[in-house]
Amino acid sequence: MPTVKSDTLSLRSEQDIVNVRQVVRKLAQECGFSLVEQTKMVTAASELARNTVTYGKGGDVLWEMLTEGLKKGLRLSFVDAGPGIPDLELALTDGWTSGGGMGLGLSGAKRLVNEFEIETAPGKGTRVTILRWK
Amino acid sequence: MSMGNVERIAILRMGPFLLVTIQVDMHDQLALTLQDDLTAKIEKTGAKGVLIDISALDMVDSFIGRMIGNISSMSRILDAHTVVVGMKPAVAITLVELGITLAGVRTALTVERGMNILRAAIADQTDQLEADDADREE
Repeated sequence: MPTVKSDTLSLRSEQDIVNVRQVVRKLAQECGFSLVEQTKMVTAASELARNTVTYGKGGDVLWEMLTEGLKKGLRLSFVDAGPGIPDLELALTDGWTSGGGMGLGLSGAKRLVNEFEIETAPGKGTRVTILRWK
Repeated sequence: MSMGNVERIAILRMGPFLLVTIQVDMHDQLALTLQDDLTAKIEKTGAKGVLIDISALDMVDSFIGRMIGNISSMSRILDAHTVVVGMKPAVAITLVELGITLAGVRTALTVERGMNILRAAIADQTDQLEADDADREE
């Protein structure tokens, strides 16, 4: 998959979460996503960005605009060096939360994208990658 | 929208109702402040209804969804009805897929319909109170 362009954004504060939503919205439009596709990608990004800030104690998001043949896609990787997720299966369960949220962040974001990947280990941080094709 | 540094969302009073129009991409603290301000204002004014216009919101994630649900539950406990109006179809589709159904939250497509729901809810309540009083007098 050739990368058309990419960049990294910092995720340290609540304001950064809002910034990520706005950047992802522009990129999704550039990829030719429909309004519903844009909204799904922006919402998934917002959930994961909040996880990075709240649970990961801050980190970065790498965005990449990809092409495969005529298809365009947007890949986002949320990376933190926080405590990691001890029980991934539990964390991906609807309604389970460690932080007073609704417990829909990870599982919900997964439903909103085409590809979802998560790498984590206790003490080793977390990397969540999502991809959505036009 | 680059108005993320707005620190408060205005709450307008119109007769027995409070009106809130969310026109900025809210950061989390702003959403929490709105929740606090609104409940405080219901208590202070004795408002009977709250109308929240989200027609300018391009996205509602689980945090904002939870805030909307909370406001609705809190106002109910404070004896006020809440109607959320103007949700965009793309937002509704995404919310449900995310797993948020906003159960128990009254919604309407437009401000006008939302106001009608609030007026009707208050009228029902008044009728009920009058009926109760009449029963007692008999």
